[in-house]
Amino acid sequence: MCLDRQEIVKRAAQELREGYYVNLGIGIPTLLANHIPKGMEVVFHSENGILGYGAFPFEGEEDADLINAGKQTVTELAGTSYFDSSLSFGMIRGGHIDLAILGAMQVDACGSIANYVIPGKMVKGPGGAMDLVAGAKRVIVTMEHVTKNGEKKILEKCNLPLTGVGVVTRIITDYAVIDVTPIGLVLVEKAADLTAEDIQRATEPQLIISPQLRDIAV
Amino acid sequence: MINKVVASAAEAVADIADGVTLLVGGFGLCGIPENLIHALVDKGPMNLTVVANNCGVDDFGLGLLLATRQIKKMVSSYVGENKIFEKQLLSGELEVELNPQGTLAERLRAGGVGVPAFYTPTAYGTQLAEGKETREFNGRRVVLECAITGDFALIKAFRADRHGNLIYRKAARNFNPLCAMAGKVCIAEVEQLVEIGELDPDLVHTPGIFVHRVVVGERFEKRIEQRTTRPRA
Repeated sequence: MCLDRQEIVKRAAQELREGYYVNLGIGIPTLLANHIPKGMEVVFHSENGILGYGAFPFEGEEDADLINAGKQTVTELAGTSYFDSSLSFGMIRGGHIDLAILGAMQVDACGSIANYVIPGKMVKGPGGAMDLVAGAKRVIVTMEHVTKNGEKKILEKCNLPLTGVGVVTRIITDYAVIDVTPIGLVLVEKAADLTAEDIQRATEPQLIISPQLRDIAV
Repeated sequence: MINKVVASAAEAVADIADGVTLLVGGFGLCGIPENLIHALVDKGPMNLTVVANNCGVDDFGLGLLLATRQIKKMVSSYVGENKIFEKQLLSGELEVELNPQGTLAERLRAGGVGVPAFYTPTAYGTQLAEGKETREFNGRRVVLECAITGDFALIKAFRADRHGNLIYRKAARNFNPLCAMAGKVCIAEVEQLVEIGELDPDLVHTPGIFVHRVVVGERFEKRIEQRTTRPRA
């Protein structure tokens, strides 16, 4: 069995460290926030201008002035701060965000990422994704290893329009955890029921098998 | 006596003519100048270039100006939530320039503070950097981006005084202070007008020097795009 969506998020939560300032791509936030290790304090950044936002509000307590980057209503925590979009992206571009976790349609052997143009649909624009991948200290992609039709998403070279060039450091999928390194893609963890060969078959670039390869524990 | 307060949104936008460039604050539907947008629909200037992070939804925010075909060109970072937008874009009626969100914000800030252009690593090697000058600083490849200024800034703040000193509320700040700085004429729609001296000077977000007209919004719908809640324990 591969990881389900919840387990991918749980595995991604293991990347958090005490004191991190973290930006979570649209769709990931609420899921991941439920899996912060006990006793660890991390601060979530929302690029529309919030550091330290909290959970969804209780019904009836929604505030139109308090939304996250996915335009969902959220809440304030003790220690929250607000700022304008320039300062917000200054935090990103200036390398102050420790970790960005985003989804992707394709990632390639050089760590380039394509995640803003959906084939066959109108180009809606990158929002903050290009800034995040260019600026965050560490960029981790979480995604399904292959498309619904079984097409590979980890490629020699992305064929969709790029969001950023050589920016991704780690890929977490339902099959595996793969690091992007100067010598190539290194398979560091795998789903328990899959073999390294299974994962290689679903991955276009040649994988380097880490000597410390282990099963993903979530 | 300095008094930037005008009586109505209609009066505030009375000199916005065909063909001007508008810088409009807001992120999604959060912190948009909804009363000024309604007044623009009523006044009806055409061929507008609008710089705004998004373009509203079909029946609210900047989407209203699309429905009336008043917008010629949008400069935005994400324009996904709008069927009219897609239709007009595909038919060639509407032109769109997409920018990364942080680049858009910084272009507005630069426009407001007298910096004509800047280099940024964002979008290097992507389609959005095509045709733009690139260089390398300290081993980092970067793209030259030009500042944006506009004829009018239409923004939304929470509280103002008659000098145009502004305070925003929560995440409704977003692009508003940046648009304010980059507009030749900045029109601020606010929820509350207070007496001069009542705003704590330490807490003013946009000093009145950037603001030319203040109007108290007649009605605020403050629509929520994604109403997400959690159950009470």
